[in-house]
Amino acid sequence: MTIKLGVPSKGRLMEKTFDWFGARGIELTRTGSDREYAAAVKGIDGVELVLLSAGEIPRELAAGRIHLGVTGTDLVREKLASWQDKVIELAPMGFGHADLIIAVPRAWVDVNTLDDLDAVAAAFRAQHGFRLRIATKYHRLIRDHMRDHGVADYQLVDSQGATEGTVKNETAEAIADITSTGETLRANHLKILGGGPVHKSQATLLKSRKAQWSDEDRATLAALKTKLGLGA
Amino acid sequence: MTDKSQIRSEATRLLSFFQDQGAQVVEADILQPAGTLLDLYGEDIRARAYVTQDPVMGEAMLRPDFTVPVVQMHMAEGAEPARYAYMGEVFRAQEEATHRASEQFQVGYEVFDRDAPIEADAEVFSLVKEVLAPLNLRAATGDMGLLLAAVLGLKTTDRRKAALERHIWRPRRFRALLDRFSGRAPLPEGREALLAQDNPMDETAPHIGLRSPAEIAARIDALRDDATADPISSQEVTLLDDLMALRETTENVLEHLRDIAVDMPAIAPAVDRIEARAEALARRGVDVSRLDFEGSYGRTSMEYYDGFVFGFYAETRPDLPPVATGGRYDALTRVLGHQNGDHHDIPAIGGVIRPEITLMLGAAK
Repeated sequence: MTIKLGVPSKGRLMEKTFDWFGARGIELTRTGSDREYAAAVKGIDGVELVLLSAGEIPRELAAGRIHLGVTGTDLVREKLASWQDKVIELAPMGFGHADLIIAVPRAWVDVNTLDDLDAVAAAFRAQHGFRLRIATKYHRLIRDHMRDHGVADYQLVDSQGATEGTVKNETAEAIADITSTGETLRANHLKILGGGPVHKSQATLLKSRKAQWSDEDRATLAALKTKLGLGA
Repeated sequence: MTDKSQIRSEATRLLSFFQDQGAQVVEADILQPAGTLLDLYGEDIRARAYVTQDPVMGEAMLRPDFTVPVVQMHMAEGAEPARYAYMGEVFRAQEEATHRASEQFQVGYEVFDRDAPIEADAEVFSLVKEVLAPLNLRAATGDMGLLLAAVLGLKTTDRRKAALERHIWRPRRFRALLDRFSGRAPLPEGREALLAQDNPMDETAPHIGLRSPAEIAARIDALRDDATADPISSQEVTLLDDLMALRETTENVLEHLRDIAVDMPAIAPAVDRIEARAEALARRGVDVSRLDFEGSYGRTSMEYYDGFVFGFYAETRPDLPPVATGGRYDALTRVLGHQNGDHHDIPAIGGVIRPEITLMLGAAK
């Protein structure tokens, strides 16, 4: 049997993942034409490479259809309830850094913290008759964060893209999104709430708790971890 | 897992008990419009309920409880006083505690009677107690009205009282606010710098979104006011802590509360209500000298109970959820009654029993 390693199928995340493994003596390559999602592994036996969308890797790990996977910790926490029961983080990989943050209009000089946001949400609801809207695609992460901090009178509205534009378009009062530089936020007249990000994400090598691990697979994993310098 | 047909017949048995007491049996739709529930309970309900999509009605939820549909039905057509009983499944998505059933039967009893709330409290509690009597359960009670009265009686600004009242069901937030208002915790980051400016409004930032500059200015004014308010005294904080930590029999609690009320007269009417309720319970045969009362009971639930609260527990099975829970939820009915421009207050108390648990504890034998 082989163990399946799921890796993002395109873009910088794929290239950086290939580089990361390459620097540790394991060569991951795409095979066939540019458009064909086929790949090969050199430098270790018994590992099969599976190219997947980064957003689907958490689900595939949780279902046990792949043994190992590379994706952002934000996606793991967002897509999997009780993620600790389903995957183990083997190694942060030092790239793909992104912070999940909450941002409000820069004109809201009275709002610097979640504490302020909570108070404003109460006043906003009283004034406008509905809960203050936060546009995001990170529903679980934001909801948990709000609950942990006791923020009330808000609602999440789904936004799968161009989230920073929702405030100007008056479909939300605040946003929660991944930002790596903050330039898009500034361009859209938004500022980040103080008190640290909701989650600091980076590309991470993950192990599935749900996949079938034969003795042979475990031996392969041990060999892989040694090569990657992760200990046994 | 107990057989579903057994659970259903146990539910039927419990339901007929309430029916025999004069309750009108009612049904509720399983599919509920999501908007009402979201508005009422907030985003947390989305984590707890099954949300589904209807092509025409839009977002819908599998009913997470009977309370909302029963209250809505009562508002639409009910005459007071009214007594309703119901049974059926409720659906609770389990994000973490995966050992709990996501589909569970409930049997419930709700009383709408604005003229005799104390009697209604005692009635619901004692009927639930009666039907569960063979199981030898421990009952715990509380009264959210006590803490609410204490908060509203604090010697501080109305704004601070309103902020504390709003978070009474979120103990951590409540504590953080209390610490700040009593000067024990620092101001939030950036607050001092903001208030130090003559004109804090940022003229360079374009105004975007629905929250108007006037709303921002109003909050800054409120923050300026707040900065000049005296801290809540440590004596009052200690009294609040005493209230929240109460955990004794109802008889002893009443004695203790009379002492606290000397320094905190605002709670006196709430204490009178607890005493009157204890008497009403005693008249119905409840031994209040052994009935537990907890000052913080009901604070962590999402049901927004704001008066009498209770639960029944199997002491031999601490792994099980409560066999029955209930309480007065006037705050919730007020929100429902004030939607769409209406202004109805509908005092209500109810309780639910979980027939799957009563079966597990041997009720059918």
